[in-house]
Amino acid sequence: MTVRDAMNILGARVLVGEEHLDREVSSACGSDMMSDVLAFSKDHSILLTGLCNPQVIRTAEMLDIVCIIFVRGKKPDQTILDMAAERDLVVLETGHRMFSSCGLLYQAGLHGGAI
Amino acid sequence: MADAIRLTYEISPEDFTRAGEASSDVKNKLKRLGMPPDAIRKVSIAMYEGEINMVIHARGGKITVEITPEQILMVLADQGPGIPDIEQAMQAGWSTAPDEVRSLGFGAGMGLPNMKKYTDEMKIDTVLGVGTTITMVVKI
Repeated sequence: MTVRDAMNILGARVLVGEEHLDREVSSACGSDMMSDVLAFSKDHSILLTGLCNPQVIRTAEMLDIVCIIFVRGKKPDQTILDMAAERDLVVLETGHRMFSSCGLLYQAGLHGGAI
Repeated sequence: MADAIRLTYEISPEDFTRAGEASSDVKNKLKRLGMPPDAIRKVSIAMYEGEINMVIHARGGKITVEITPEQILMVLADQGPGIPDIEQAMQAGWSTAPDEVRSLGFGAGMGLPNMKKYTDEMKIDTVLGVGTTITMVVKI
């Protein structure tokens, strides 16, 4: 699916990266612990998180993640959004909670990748 | 080693917002040098975890990166409290990070295990009350 598909499934809003919505995404991970994301993410293209700080953007950068989805209606501040824009990331925001967000994307065919 | 590229970074203490800037810069430089993506990814993750650790546990420090066509060598030196029990610190999930750090998304006890996982060689030299030096190598 594309980032746009994920956005529509979650009824999400684009905060940054409107121009990159047609990028392909193959798998996703969801966590508020960036250490766990760094430990277990292999070739994930979407990161779902409820954590709102600059280290989310840096973690995404280190892992070549394409799109960050802030769940539970979390709103990142301008510093975070600017950092994301500099790195050509897409940032989405959804009112769905983490469990539901992951479930909706999984149901639509986006998987978590190999264990 | 004539064509080695050497980069040095001072890691600012207790500035969590800026933690990761050095790793980000190294990642960009490795990309520009046309290094293999797999090696870039390993270096990025290992160095980023190390950089975060220096900010969380050790009041910052100094990172030196040496890039050659054969390998990328990272030396992370701090003057922090030292690691009392390396074996324990290497266990996945073991952490001494305060709740404040956990609320920032770190301190899950995955830092050192991640650094080991993503590098080909890793050596920890630590002296209590003096500091810790972590040397990591990613082979090309």
